[in-house]
Order: sequence, then structure tokens, then C-alpha cells
Amino acid sequence: MDAHLICDAERHFAGDLTIEARFEIPQPGFSVTVLFGPSGSGKTTALRLLAGLERADRGSIRVGGTPWSDAARSLHRPPQARDVGFLPQAYNLFPHLSVAANLGYGLASQSAPERTARIGELLQLLDLKGLEDRHPGELSGGQQQRVALGRALARKPRLLLLDEPLSALDRPSQLRLRKELRELLRALDIPTVLVTHDRGEALQLGDRLVVMDQGRVCQSGDIQQVFDRPTDPAVAAILGVETVVRGQIESIAGGMATISVGSARILAADPGSLGWQVFVCIRGEDVAVERGGGPATESTARNRLPARITGLSTEGSLTRISLDCGFPLESLVTRQACQDLGLAEGDAVCAILKAAAVHLIPHD
Amino acid sequence: MDWQAIRLSLWLASLTTAALLLVGLPLAYWLAFSRRRWKFLVEAVVAMPLVLPPTVLGFYLLMAMGPRSPFGRAFEGLFGHTLPFSFEGLLLASVLYSLPFMIQPLAAAFASVDKGLIEASWCLGESRLRTFRRVIAPLSWAGILTGVVLSFAHTLGEFGVVLMVGGNLPGRTRTVSIAIYDQVQAMDYAPAARTAALLLIVSFLVLTFTYALRRHQRKPWTLI
Repeated sequence: MDAHLICDAERHFAGDLTIEARFEIPQPGFSVTVLFGPSGSGKTTALRLLAGLERADRGSIRVGGTPWSDAARSLHRPPQARDVGFLPQAYNLFPHLSVAANLGYGLASQSAPERTARIGELLQLLDLKGLEDRHPGELSGGQQQRVALGRALARKPRLLLLDEPLSALDRPSQLRLRKELRELLRALDIPTVLVTHDRGEALQLGDRLVVMDQGRVCQSGDIQQVFDRPTDPAVAAILGVETVVRGQIESIAGGMATISVGSARILAADPGSLGWQVFVCIRGEDVAVERGGGPATESTARNRLPARITGLSTEGSLTRISLDCGFPLESLVTRQACQDLGLAEGDAVCAILKAAAVHLIPHD
Repeated sequence: MDWQAIRLSLWLASLTTAALLLVGLPLAYWLAFSRRRWKFLVEAVVAMPLVLPPTVLGFYLLMAMGPRSPFGRAFEGLFGHTLPFSFEGLLLASVLYSLPFMIQPLAAAFASVDKGLIEASWCLGESRLRTFRRVIAPLSWAGILTGVVLSFAHTLGEFGVVLMVGGNLPGRTRTVSIAIYDQVQAMDYAPAARTAALLLIVSFLVLTFTYALRRHQRKPWTLI
């Protein structure tokens, strides 16, 4: 059985620049594929190839068995015939039309009562009631984002393309809307491709991750797998944190959350409202290593985890220590410190981690 | 005042503007969005009437319409009379002469419509033509208004081309600017002054109206 969406296309630009879009979405129905990478890595171009706004110079795109694009046969379905919902980064709401007219813009082929009914549904779904007669210039950023999303959803597309859907909003709104957006996408049951350069957004919204850099797809797969096993240091550098593992909040008390990760338990600062499932992100610089599993000395660090060294590698003046403490944990220390302690693979040590250095991202 | 000439000028300007809208909308769309490498050639040709002396344009039009050119012969065969010194000939000349005054504001307005809005419309299933009608044209209303006003006003005041192509036949090709010239030649200053004042007032009112409508646009001081 072929994957639902198979994209293997390239777009060539002047100056020897090639952007490739190469990934699959296994099934129809709800799933979020995140195109992740630094700015200029070609994420938006990949999305535009899917939308039909860019013509592929090589390769093909097939969705549900239907070819959308095939450069070898000069086949290019125009955006009008692709049945995608596209949310551009700048939202691009029609400034001369009201909220209701923006939502109903793509429904010109429907009868007036059908259109009105659908607009009513969208106003309800996206919590825009009472704003239907406003113009985009009179809306807040968050409201504009919801109108743009509603407009993209109006025709019940087969594929939803979101280009940095939250980046135009202020930070608190971003954090609030991430949760809402994922719940909404789940309810809609449409496969979604989402572009972002924000790691937190990728982890919270995504199921599958496609890491892009300089126009190339470096790695793609299940989001946990990609964070667990980056294929090369470049991918690891793009992902940015050394340790990303799934965990479950067991309890929250006195401003501290207890999270079970693998067979270990760690403490983290209570980040406020969170689902029970989280991604735990830990930077290698925040993990210290002590010899032996001795009793706790007086320290502000809340987490002391017995661990075994599974690997050592040198990166410039730093040494990367791979640890197994019930879950895989990476520590970055200076080479000098590592030599002073005489650490070697297989040694039993203690990993020390401040609760404040544990970054939690909800992921249901 | 020569009311016949005034009526003729208004009629000519109206028809010219209508014809220019018909030709101008697709041509300006093409100029605004085409990525052909030789587009600059078309732009240069369209802009020619801005710099060419009207007599030069009139001369070539006269040659092209004359009975010795294939086009002139074809027209005569179809309609039974020649183009020069007829109202139809004058209309054709006016359309060509005022072409840049319609095309340039239209093309500038179309090109300044955010490409993202056009793409958003395509992704919502709307064809290029319907996107033009529903997004590009409504957002370009100021440019369209400017093109219409400038074409109308420019045709109303044209002189050199009319003289070359249309001559001076009362009721057929004698426009208001020719009438003023005639009156001055005949030392008949009083009617000339009245007609001139009328043209001045009409031009001023039309431009005031246009600028007033456009006063919320970003660059209110420029019409093109």
C-alpha cells in the first residue's frame, strides 16, 4: 500500500540553488507533518510546491494515488485543482472583504443558503461570532489568524498547508494557540503539513518531522525518532537540544512537576497548565556528571540520576557524554573536566540536573 | 461657443475611454504579470505616444489609414469609406494616442496588488479571470479611476493628432481644441475665451474629484 502523499520534487532557482521536497504522509486522516529548519532552508518553497504555486522542475507529487505534479510528463495541476487549504505566513486576508466574505470566498460555486450555512459553521468553529462584518484591518493578530485558517478550511480540503501559522503572533498567544490548533486539526481529521522554525512548535504540533537545511531534506520520520537519532551532527545542530524524550507528568505539587521518563523520574519546574504527555527537552550544557552514585550533597540541583556512560565523543574543546539513566541523556562538559575525572565508557556515574533546566513541551 | 464641437469632443472622449478600458485591462494585466523577456519592448511601444510629437504619430497614422496601405484598403472594402478625415479614424487615432494614459496607471495598480492575495485566491479554487474580477480589480479601483480620468481628459484636449488625421470637418472631426484654434485664427477671441474657460473648468473639476477620491491612497500626489 502506497503512502497517502508521496512528494519527491525539486525546484531549481537561478544561481545553482535547488530546493527539494522529499517526504511522505502514510495515511489520510489526521496527522501533522512538520517541515522544520532554519530560515532559508527551503521549507516555504516545499510547501508552495505542494500547493502548486511553484512548478516542480524535477520529480513528482502524488496524493491519494492521483498525480498532482510530474515534471517528466510536464504535468502540473494548478492550485485551483488541488483542493488544498493554504494558510500563508502573512495570512493574506482580502482587505476589501468582510470576515464573512473572506470565509466564504472559496465557496462561490455553492448556493447562497449553503454558503451562509458554511460561514456560520466556520464562525462557530473558530470562535469568530460577532466579527462577521468586520474587515481584516479591524482584527487582532489572533483573530486574523483564525479567519485565515477558517478561509482555508471552508472548502473542506484534502490537505492543509500551514506556513508558520503562529509566527505573526506575540509569544503568549503562540503558546495558547498551539494547544488549540492541534485540537482543532485533530477534530478536522485532515492531513496537515506545517512549516516552522520553532522547535517548541514543531514538538507540540507535529507527529512527523522533516528536517530541512539549505534546500535539502536531511532527515524525516516520526518526531521522537528524529530527535532520538539524528542521522548526522548537522541535523542535531538544527534540532538544537541534545535530549528530547517523551515523558508523562505524574504529579504537580509545590511548584514542582514530577515526570516519569523511561524508567526514571525527574523533577521540573511546574510550567502551569499542561497535558499529561510532554516532551522533555534538556540541553547538554545543563547536565553535570559526578563520579559514583554517592549520597546527595547540599545542592540546589533537584535531579540526581544514577547513570551509566554509554559513549564519549570529543567535539572541539567539549566532550559529549552519552548517558543511560533510564532514558538516553546527553551531557556536554569540557574535555579537561572529563579527563580530570577519568571518565570512560561503562562507568557508573551520577547525572545532575537543575529542575529549572528541564524544559517541558506538552504533546498529547 | 461651438456646441457641436463640444458635443463631438465629449462623445469622442467617452468612446475612446471605453475602447481603452476594453483594450487596456487585458494589456495592462499582461504587462503587470507577464515574465516574458521581451516585455520591455511592448512597454516601450505603449509609452511611445508620451514622447512622440502628435504630428509624427498623426503622420504615420495617416499613412497607415490611407488608400495605399493594405489596412486602409481593407477598411474601405468593409465599410465603404476611407478612415482619414472620418470620426472612426479619429477614434482609432485617439485610442492609440491616449494608450499610455490608460495602460500605465492600470499596470501600476495591478502590479502593486499583493501577490499573496492573488495566490490565496487561486488556492481557494478561483480561476485567473475570476481572481482578477474579485481581487485585483477591486483593489485597483484607484488606478482604474485614474486611467479613465486621464484618458478622457487627454482625449478631450488633443490637437495635433486630430489635425493630422481628422482635419476640421464640422460635426464629424472638428473637436473643441480645433474649434478654439479656428476662432483664434479668425480673431474671434470672445467665443475662444469662453470655450477655453469651459475646458479649464472641466479639467480642474475632474482632477479635483479624482484626487479627492484617492486622498487616502499612499501617494496622493501622483496619479500614475
